[in-house]
Amino acid sequence: MKASAFTYARAASVDNALELLAVHGERSRVLSGGQSLIPAMNLRLISPELIVDIGGLAELRGITARGETLVIGALTRHADLLGSSDIVKCAPLLAAAVAHIAHPAIRNRGTIGGSLAQADPASELPACMLALDATIVVRGPAGERRIAAEQFFTGIYETQLAPQDLLVAVEVPLARKGSVHFFKEFARRHGDYAIMGLAAQAVLDGDEFADLRLGYFAVGDKPVLAKAAGKLLGTAMTPARLAEAADALSDELDPHEDQEATPAMRRHLAKVLLTRCVASLLDRPDLLHIGGHV
Amino acid sequence: MTAPAAISLTVNGERVEAHVLPRLNLADFLRDHLKLTGTHVGCEHGVCGACTVRVGGEIVRSCLMLAVQADGAAVETIEGLSDSGEIADLQAAFRDRNALQCGFCTPAMLMAAQDLLRTKAMPAREEIREHLSGNYCRCTGYQAIIDAVETTARARMEPKA
Repeated sequence: MKASAFTYARAASVDNALELLAVHGERSRVLSGGQSLIPAMNLRLISPELIVDIGGLAELRGITARGETLVIGALTRHADLLGSSDIVKCAPLLAAAVAHIAHPAIRNRGTIGGSLAQADPASELPACMLALDATIVVRGPAGERRIAAEQFFTGIYETQLAPQDLLVAVEVPLARKGSVHFFKEFARRHGDYAIMGLAAQAVLDGDEFADLRLGYFAVGDKPVLAKAAGKLLGTAMTPARLAEAADALSDELDPHEDQEATPAMRRHLAKVLLTRCVASLLDRPDLLHIGGHV
Repeated sequence: MTAPAAISLTVNGERVEAHVLPRLNLADFLRDHLKLTGTHVGCEHGVCGACTVRVGGEIVRSCLMLAVQADGAAVETIEGLSDSGEIADLQAAFRDRNALQCGFCTPAMLMAAQDLLRTKAMPAREEIREHLSGNYCRCTGYQAIIDAVETTARARMEPKA
């Protein structure tokens, strides 16, 4: 199908975009890469009256290291993340995750800001933001707000963004010494939305976890930072301890049912990914065999 | 405005000036306004890949881009790649290997395959598969398509006589 008619405004600056959004509010939508918005419009799932195109705003582009933080502009495309030496060095989890997002032609247009604002619970980048303890930078009528990723995602396609707000950047802490990451998703075919997946960031202290952040996606209406990770910190890893954390994870998650999987299957896959993640990060292949789930 | 907007772009190297409605996507602009019907329209929501074109040298889904977003851009379609001879060897390989049946997906397959071969001289079969994963062939000709891309890559690696 084709999108229904709308009014189109090309924002000349972030301030200009905010003025347009302040006036038109819920009747308007922000267009960045358009790889989620335009399909939804073509399918007539949404019919905004006004499209505010921010695609030309150079001030929203680019990846810069600022102190202990990597600032990623909202218009940074998936293809840019994949090809950036700064990302590989400072936030390699993102490079690993982006390779799973759709296909090259989509990655050439889709942006990090668009993906986070869309907040599809099956998409990769929101879970990465949880794992990386990122901050989402938002500008609105009352000025700039900096929102922790854990608070930003509130439900299916829902975030702390008001219709008058613009997501302008994300801030990701630079990978610390001893940082390691893990990314894995189950999908029917490469590039499809995940049946479920895990983005994890950890800090190792010898053969123990000093920190472990597990960002699960496609496990409900929003990405989940699993509390079960706490059971694995500062302790020598044993199969019993890992099994205990896997059980806690299973209790903690409340996965949805859809045509891809039942809640029970998603719980099972979450435990499988936990096991693989811990075995991989600690370089302990022996842990893969606990409880028979590999 | 819902009224037509003026756009100015190049398509296959030629300057194009037009007035388009904001809702018009780039695929329909190329097909209906410029009569470049080699760009195909399948699903119209970014899944099938049949509308793949190059914008600024990179492949994109032209059904997921508004014509107004192409203002100032350099767009290349299958007609451009074909007429310039850039993909003559790839087209010949597709023909030789029977890498098409109905041909609906073929222009975009060629676009995506050439995109890969421009950045990676000798991709592994798995890499070819992954790069073409966003392009559907409903005649299920994938094996032959991958063969044709692999053959072209190998031939391009050989020193020219």
